Amino acid sequence: MNDTISTTTGAPDMTALQLEVAEQIVAALNLEMTASDIEADAPLYGEGLGLDSIDILEVALVLSKRYGFSLRADNEDNVRIFASLASLTEYVAAHRTL
Amino acid sequence: MLPTPPLLHAHPDAIVAWRAGHPVTRRVFMAHAAQVADSFPPGRHLLNACHDRYRFAVTLVAGMLSGRVNLMPSTYTPEVVRQLAEFAPDTFVVDDGVDAARHPGLPEHRFPDALPSTATDADTLLALPPEQLVSWVFTSGSTGAPVPHPKTWGKLVLNTRAAAQQLGLNTGERDATTAGTSVGGASAAITVSFWAKAPPTTPTARSLSQTPGADGADLPPFTLIGTVPPQHMYGFESTILLALQGGGAFVAERPFYPADILATLAATPGPRVLVTTPYHLRTLLAADEAKPPVELLISATAPLPPELARQAEQAFAAPLLEIYGSTETGQIATRRPCADARWHLFPGIQLEDRDGTTWARGGHVETPVPLGDQIVLEDSEHFTLQGRGADLINIAGKRTSLDYLNHQLQHIPGVTDAAYYMPDEDHGGVTRLAAFVVAPGVTRADIVAALRERIDPLFLPRPLLMLDALPRNATGKLPRDVCKQLLAAHHAGRSGRSPQ
Repeated sequence: MNDTISTTTGAPDMTALQLEVAEQIVAALNLEMTASDIEADAPLYGEGLGLDSIDILEVALVLSKRYGFSLRADNEDNVRIFASLASLTEYVAAHRTL
Repeated sequence: MLPTPPLLHAHPDAIVAWRAGHPVTRRVFMAHAAQVADSFPPGRHLLNACHDRYRFAVTLVAGMLSGRVNLMPSTYTPEVVRQLAEFAPDTFVVDDGVDAARHPGLPEHRFPDALPSTATDADTLLALPPEQLVSWVFTSGSTGAPVPHPKTWGKLVLNTRAAAQQLGLNTGERDATTAGTSVGGASAAITVSFWAKAPPTTPTARSLSQTPGADGADLPPFTLIGTVPPQHMYGFESTILLALQGGGAFVAERPFYPADILATLAATPGPRVLVTTPYHLRTLLAADEAKPPVELLISATAPLPPELARQAEQAFAAPLLEIYGSTETGQIATRRPCADARWHLFPGIQLEDRDGTTWARGGHVETPVPLGDQIVLEDSEHFTLQGRGADLINIAGKRTSLDYLNHQLQHIPGVTDAAYYMPDEDHGGVTRLAAFVVAPGVTRADIVAALRERIDPLFLPRPLLMLDALPRNATGKLPRDVCKQLLAAHHAGRSGRSPQ
């Protein structure tokens, strides 16, 4: 279970960084939902949020600008990093320079 | 036309590919192809699903050498895979373990893990007859059944040679006529003659001179680095056939992120050609990493905005050439948008206007075909592109038609009426489709799940609006301005209900 950091808009089980990342996903992809609608552990690909490889590149671009790192991945890593909002946020937290 | 071998590299030690930074020679490539061909099950049709570009190329040549036909569908949805199995019941899938779950229902043949690293001198280049069928390439059609288009070896060779010539990469034929004349150690003289650059100083032989490859072989005259999959026509022609029939090499890896692509470019020796799309170029230019200079940029699948073309030429210090083509015709024209907005037809290709539709014929075009775009003929060799046909959809380089998507959507059980809508594109990013659906008692999630079975995920609607009825006009049409209003009303916050 992730630390619960109280925010005014976030879902109760979302960390502040998760919410921030979720907000950028929603904005970058014009998704029909709010950031707090994205479940931390639900898959981002396919049946979950329904993101495809085009989306992943868009999200990667936005996150790299915001947090100052470049995603470098072979295929397997890519699937793992984008498995869920939680795993993506974990990756951001570990690699951010901004 | 004479029979032509799959590879035009004159010397058995010529480099055909780079795998993880290591060169693969023609001799080794052909040994791998022979071994893979021996490993195939008896079926005469194969679905080449290899993710790695080298394994794809070896599988392709192995299929050609053993008289098998390569099936190239536009997408790999369960419905399409089922239709392929119907089209050719002896089809088997060759995959390399990446995305292996994407084609259930067809027998799987795993690309061999262990291949010989060296080859004997038994390297022979078997010439294949021009009439040999190499591939069936499928378009989505408009009624739900994929439409097959034959690709024979002779036409593919003609097409690739014309492309190489138009792109200034026509070293292969020179190689073929100067077999065995490669001389390492001479001064730098690349026989690649790009449009924007001075003609080569010694245009007689493949006299490349940079540092030799790791095994002592000369560097290839050019190396193709692709951001597009080899499973579709553009990637098939411009990252595989162009190397095989142009005497050059290709990089096996499929770098995904901008940083990966730029690192692969920087690590590739010799003259580099980036084969990409407007979509990938945009993300590459937005990346912070330094852009390594390349010899040539190639873009296709959609016209490049002029400003993006200019930025790309500047960032990579290279000319950018665009290719125009279609699944049915193959590649038929090129242009350098920074120099001339007009498209320059390949030799032998003729366009003609028939009742407002432009048809292509001649050259490597198998049978005359109508083009989906609005084209204005300037003269016998040039045309300008005025826009896409109203029915054509192109999202991040993947193409389909509104007819096809509407057919798929309308045939989902429970759907009583439905229509796709392509909003006006802005150049900020990738524009997605919207859809309006009338389906009493069916949930939006059910419809999305059913669509996922049938169409490529890129064409899943965002948003999918559930309505009580579609406001069709007296002729049963759903005019664009009505769709636009529906979508605007939705975006303004009135989601889920008919605005009527």
